[in-house]
Amino acid sequence: MGRYILKRLVSAVPVLLGITVIVFAIMAMIPGDPATAILGSYATPENVEKLNRDLGLDKPAVQRYFIWLWNMVQGDFGRSFSLNRPVLDEVLDRFGATLVLAGTSFVLCSVIGVAAGVVSAARQYGPADKAITFAVLLGISIPSFFLGMMMILIFAVQLRWFPASGMWPIYGDRTLPVLVTHLTMPALALAVVATGVVARLSRSAMLEVLRQDYIRTARAKGVPERGVIWRHALRAAMVSILPVLGIQAGFVLSGAVYIEMVFQWPGVGRMLVDAILKRDILLVQGGVVLVAACYVMFNIVVDVAQSLLDPRIKT
Amino acid sequence: MSTLALLARNRLALAGLIVMGLVVLLAIVTPLLPLPDPDVTDTGNRFLPPFSEGALLGTDHLGRDQLSRLLWGTRLSLAVGFAAATIAAVLGAAVGIIAGYYGGRVDNLIMRGVDMLMAFPYILLALAIVAALGPGLLNALIAVAAVNIPFFARNIRGITVGIANKEFVDAARLAGMNDAHIILSEVLPNVIPVIVIAMSTTVGWMILETAGLSFLGLGSQPPQADLGSMLGEARAALITSPHTSVVPGAMILIIVMAINLLGDGVRDALDPRLRSGALTRPMAATLVRREGPAPEPQGDDVLSLRELQTQFHVKHRVYRAVGGVSLGVKPGECLGIIGESGSGKSVTALSVMGLVASPPGVITGGAVHYKGEDLVGAPYGRLRDLRGREVAYIFQDPLATLHPLYKVGDQLVEAIRVHHAISDSEARARALGLLRDVRIPNAESRVDSFPHELSGGMRQRVGIAMALANDPEVIIADEPTTALDVTVQAQILSLLDTLRREKGLAIVFITHDFGVVAQLCDRVAVMYAGRIVEEGPTRALLEAPAHPYTRRLIACVPELGEGKRALHAIPGLPPAVDDLPPGCAFAPRCDKAQPACRQGEIALDVYGPRRLRCLYPETELEGTA
Repeated sequence: MGRYILKRLVSAVPVLLGITVIVFAIMAMIPGDPATAILGSYATPENVEKLNRDLGLDKPAVQRYFIWLWNMVQGDFGRSFSLNRPVLDEVLDRFGATLVLAGTSFVLCSVIGVAAGVVSAARQYGPADKAITFAVLLGISIPSFFLGMMMILIFAVQLRWFPASGMWPIYGDRTLPVLVTHLTMPALALAVVATGVVARLSRSAMLEVLRQDYIRTARAKGVPERGVIWRHALRAAMVSILPVLGIQAGFVLSGAVYIEMVFQWPGVGRMLVDAILKRDILLVQGGVVLVAACYVMFNIVVDVAQSLLDPRIKT
Repeated sequence: MSTLALLARNRLALAGLIVMGLVVLLAIVTPLLPLPDPDVTDTGNRFLPPFSEGALLGTDHLGRDQLSRLLWGTRLSLAVGFAAATIAAVLGAAVGIIAGYYGGRVDNLIMRGVDMLMAFPYILLALAIVAALGPGLLNALIAVAAVNIPFFARNIRGITVGIANKEFVDAARLAGMNDAHIILSEVLPNVIPVIVIAMSTTVGWMILETAGLSFLGLGSQPPQADLGSMLGEARAALITSPHTSVVPGAMILIIVMAINLLGDGVRDALDPRLRSGALTRPMAATLVRREGPAPEPQGDDVLSLRELQTQFHVKHRVYRAVGGVSLGVKPGECLGIIGESGSGKSVTALSVMGLVASPPGVITGGAVHYKGEDLVGAPYGRLRDLRGREVAYIFQDPLATLHPLYKVGDQLVEAIRVHHAISDSEARARALGLLRDVRIPNAESRVDSFPHELSGGMRQRVGIAMALANDPEVIIADEPTTALDVTVQAQILSLLDTLRREKGLAIVFITHDFGVVAQLCDRVAVMYAGRIVEEGPTRALLEAPAHPYTRRLIACVPELGEGKRALHAIPGLPPAVDDLPPGCAFAPRCDKAQPACRQGEIALDVYGPRRLRCLYPETELEGTA
């Protein structure tokens, strides 16, 4: 098992390199030069040229890539000009907030989605199945940012159950219950689409598994139906559900952008949107690379979980 | 059934189609409608509520008419969404077809790139692209299309790989067609359904994604507005004037929902696997819809089937898999049921404990008596209690019938603990004992093996151990040795025979092999087209088969050391059980058939220990009923 994890970690290196190449290549497509963007359109040509030299932008792109990469390996992601602080500090400050939000949503969408899919499959064509199928359809069709706005309107403004925005109150203690009240609405709004996708896939995976011979064997043994569904069928269905959970992790991680905007959540997503609007390239690059790397790492965790789940996978 | 008809039958998809049609129609006629200019501001009339004079849906923060902006925004959102989907589909399909068709290094290189792009959470990738190109609707469109190309490429490549190796593509190559021609005329027509499915399931996403980018202010720029940017601008006034948010948001929801409904319908209509309704799950017990009264138990058989009828109801067809079967087995006795595949022998066996997959299986008549208790009418709880404890099964293919993800020991432990409230360690000790009983060497280490780590013979021994776990009275073995090679088969048979003698088990042994019957069974019943055609003590039946079908079946068995005896295959195939001819079902394949064989019901007559359903038997049996 240890060797397998090591192997997967090693195989992630080219993927991570590829990600840096893609991010850098996309950013290199930017027309015009960043110095003008930083200094504004009234800057003198001399100042623009000087800044370009200071930023190393007068060098060829390939060379710039390797400089950037080498600095990143050493932990230097560059400096954000719009915030005037190191990119890494800014990203790490905000990454925690995004992780809390996306992590909660991921747990919600996994647990609720799988449970709904299992119930739906076990009661195929029954009222529960129909209700879940309809809820899933609604869930995957509603824009998360619209859902978030409606939640604010109903649960924060009308009913006053939850605060409308932010991660912490401006004044007051930073305790877990306070965090939970702030987290509930954004985490739910972010989880809805992913929950729908997971529920849908879990349902079809379960239907596929329930037709297998070993399910008949379990029934022939006299295993109660609950055991057949949750112990025999779900375990086997998880083999095809897990990879989708991995994809949904990426979805909640990046879909957090919308929710962070709606709920004023101090995460990486909002930072990225601001950085894009200000054309703060190093901040965009650093943020994207870190989030993508986090996603790659999570998928290694999923792969390892998969190999623990399915003994037929050669480790 | 045609694709269109299927689509129309799906009411939800139809509803989606109608809603989508209406929205598209509205978007098309928008320029012709007498609407105010969507971009003209009128700060004096800001935030008018809906149903105001001259503004049906009210006005926004700049006093612009909401209805007009909604319709123009819808037009824009739809156009951008469909354009993005089309671009992604065309480019993705092109990349996928090239990778799949050429294979080798081209494929490798392209798919590596695709994998790399898919390693990104795609909203992040879209953000990066917009960051590079700058905010703007066209750039948002490009970003959304670009991040969806890998998805199409991967799907289409998979299909293309399958097609590129087909005979008709080889034939086209041999006919001298060039690659471009083959791709366009042979490959493309076959991948188009997949492209359509992928598009119909993703266009909704793409509309959502572009709306999302616009919502963030990275898509359409003021004063021009699509639905996403309308929502984004309305956010500031969410609390004071919620209608400016609700209107565009609800529109996005309606559009995406209609598209998703339609997409599901398209997928169901084009996906042949769903077309046959194959994806229904079997219920916990076979459905029972008994027409007529249940027969009374009689005799001293531990398990007895009386006039059992099991059917498969598929759409409007009825397959009479088991058409009135009566059988019995006494303690310590082994009854063989023999017949070709499709003769109904397995369905008969599975009907006993309600294990026939349902839907489509239905038990429509007769009774199964276990120690005098009717199992066909029994509630599920009672049936479950008897399963494995009193009547246990051994199935054919132990690789498919053992759970692949649990250790065999755990599966045995479960079988025991389902029926006995004993501790885990006790159950484990018993499981170990069971594995030794079925002569598994190194039982101590095998108990922690997964099924795929065992040989076929070992797996079947585990299957037998599992059947024995609760000391059942009856074991129903459904072709337990068919998947095994001959030496292993002999070992398994002698094991079963020993267990039967030691434990006084009643065994129902289903097979298509007379050799196995001769070795193990006291009595044998021959099934054809869902009914018993002959039954009797094994030796008597083998020495003097009375039914022409039995004789022909025995003649099919090759014998060792008999030289080059001609093997007589039975011409023709068993009849389809949804359309049985009147009279004897075997008559069309029988060389002794007379006109009388093809009409009326031919009874299963009793002759002493034997039973026969034939008007012109091969051997005259004595002792008429």
